[in-house]
Amino acid sequence: MAEPLLEVRGLRGRYGPVEVLHGLDLEVAAGELVALVGANGAGKTTLLHLLSGLLRPSGGSIRFAGQDLGRLPPHRIVAAGLCQVPEGRQVFAPLSVADNLRLGGYAQRHDPAWLAAQEARIYELFPILAERRHQLAGTLSGGQQQMLALGRALLGRPRLLLLDEPSMGLAPLLVAEIFRVVGELNRQGVTILLVEQNARAALGIAHRGYVLETGRVVLAAPAATLLADTGIQRAYLGY
Amino acid sequence: MKRLRGWWLLAGVLIALPLLFPNNYYVTVVGAAAALHAILAVGLNLLMGYAGQISLGHAAFFGLGAYSSAILTTRYGWNPWPALGVGLVLTGLVAYGIARPVLRLKGHYLAMATLGFGIIIHILLVQTGDLTGGPDGIGEIPPLSLFGWTVDTDERWYAVLAAVLLLVVLLALNLMDSRPGRALRALHGAEIAAGLMGIDTAAAKTAVFVLAALSAGLAGSLFAHQQAFVSPDSFNFFVSIELVTMVVLGGIASTWGAILGAVILTLLPELLVVFEDYEVLIFGAILMLIMIFLPQGLAGGLRELWARRPTHDGALPPGPPASLAPPGPPAPGSGSPPRDKAAGTAPRDRAIGSVPRDQATGTAPRDLASSSPSVSQDAA
Repeated sequence: MAEPLLEVRGLRGRYGPVEVLHGLDLEVAAGELVALVGANGAGKTTLLHLLSGLLRPSGGSIRFAGQDLGRLPPHRIVAAGLCQVPEGRQVFAPLSVADNLRLGGYAQRHDPAWLAAQEARIYELFPILAERRHQLAGTLSGGQQQMLALGRALLGRPRLLLLDEPSMGLAPLLVAEIFRVVGELNRQGVTILLVEQNARAALGIAHRGYVLETGRVVLAAPAATLLADTGIQRAYLGY
Repeated sequence: MKRLRGWWLLAGVLIALPLLFPNNYYVTVVGAAAALHAILAVGLNLLMGYAGQISLGHAAFFGLGAYSSAILTTRYGWNPWPALGVGLVLTGLVAYGIARPVLRLKGHYLAMATLGFGIIIHILLVQTGDLTGGPDGIGEIPPLSLFGWTVDTDERWYAVLAAVLLLVVLLALNLMDSRPGRALRALHGAEIAAGLMGIDTAAAKTAVFVLAALSAGLAGSLFAHQQAFVSPDSFNFFVSIELVTMVVLGGIASTWGAILGAVILTLLPELLVVFEDYEVLIFGAILMLIMIFLPQGLAGGLRELWARRPTHDGALPPGPPASLAPPGPPAPGSGSPPRDKAAGTAPRDRAIGSVPRDQATGTAPRDLASSSPSVSQDAA
């Protein structure tokens, strides 16, 4: 097998004296949709902060597309093609929908033709955004903001898209819609690492899954296996 | 262009005023002072209003520009123009030097650090007497001249300051409608998300800080030549607070608001002179009332009133272009969906507004008067 797109080895992360990740191994191959599930406090968001450069690793390595990411600042990591939809969406509330999307393509200025085409594609994918392109992002509903955050990240031309809890705070119907879109994006060729508390929904669309518990990967298997195994379900997935 | 409608309007007003009211004290003297304050406020608004970074030491850059021009032209006999250039370079370098460490801080801590910087510069101006003349300041600063046209009357100063204001406003409007401008607005209240968009947030904050400092330095140089005299008191802490007050009072994150705030804070003390001893009291009360009833500042409040005016078909009137005047909360009837948690996380004026708004009421208007040409300028 060729080198995976993302290869995390023995990754450690800490906030001050508190170590949250105790040596984590994970990989994502190009084209995959990988789910990382785990309860509150397992270290999911810490992992994403490490991957996107918001937090410096205290040990281990992160290799992305053959490049060592461990010490790069966030904007350089985005430029390398690792784009994140942050937890809680974090759209730019006082800016218009269109401006939010343009900011997503901030690092892609050298390719205006691609940006224009991709912007059109996003509006096609989320017609509600096209309808509201001049509205302030802060006035969108939670689900619409999640779509905007997704679209914004897609304009960063991700080679790997990181999704942090896209279902958070959304109504069940919207959650289903978001997961449908995420699955669809993956089928269109976007490599995705999906970090979720909603394990059943996440594993439902993923190829492989990792179960994270108190800063360690305790299980790694094809998503179908994780979903099917009742023992695993009871022990780790909480249902 | 639609985006520059307001700019043409401003140009029209600035040109019409002296023609309509020739030799009027309120146009040439107060107007020139207002234009100078507006240059400062528009620059500071780039940093505070758009990028969301507060500075309580902005008068320091104003002072650096003014003293560079004053010292080089009087002590070393330089021509005012290269002196102005050196003043700008110096202001820019100092701003760049302190930007990186200071802008790592946020909110109240950033306010404290910039406040400290402003106080340090003020103390330096007072203490390095050999160079700056200490508390007595520097006098007999030569006037500016442009191709043999000496700027030595109130009318001419009005013309120069109005022209520079128009230039600064043009730059500010174009900047905010550009890619770096969007990046700055993204920084405001959502710095982490901005970083995740690929924006180098540290570099963007540094750049806008330097830009705001440069506009203050430019205003300082012009101020020195206009007054022919500088002293440390024109650049003290209260001046920094006044500048913040102008930005907040006018309506944060709006270039027009900054201009409006500058005009009002310059004009109001002049008009209130008739109340004599009660002037300061009434001035403070007016500021308080404006902030209580128009919490988004004058520009935002007026825009909201305009949006609420009754229309024939009940439809919303088209607002001003977003680049000029980012609207506040959605107007009633716009059919916007209910805000959820995330939507409420970044109201435009929350973090910054709180500090200056409190300070606004405590500002001593006397200091505005003493730093403005209207009072200290000799009859020219």
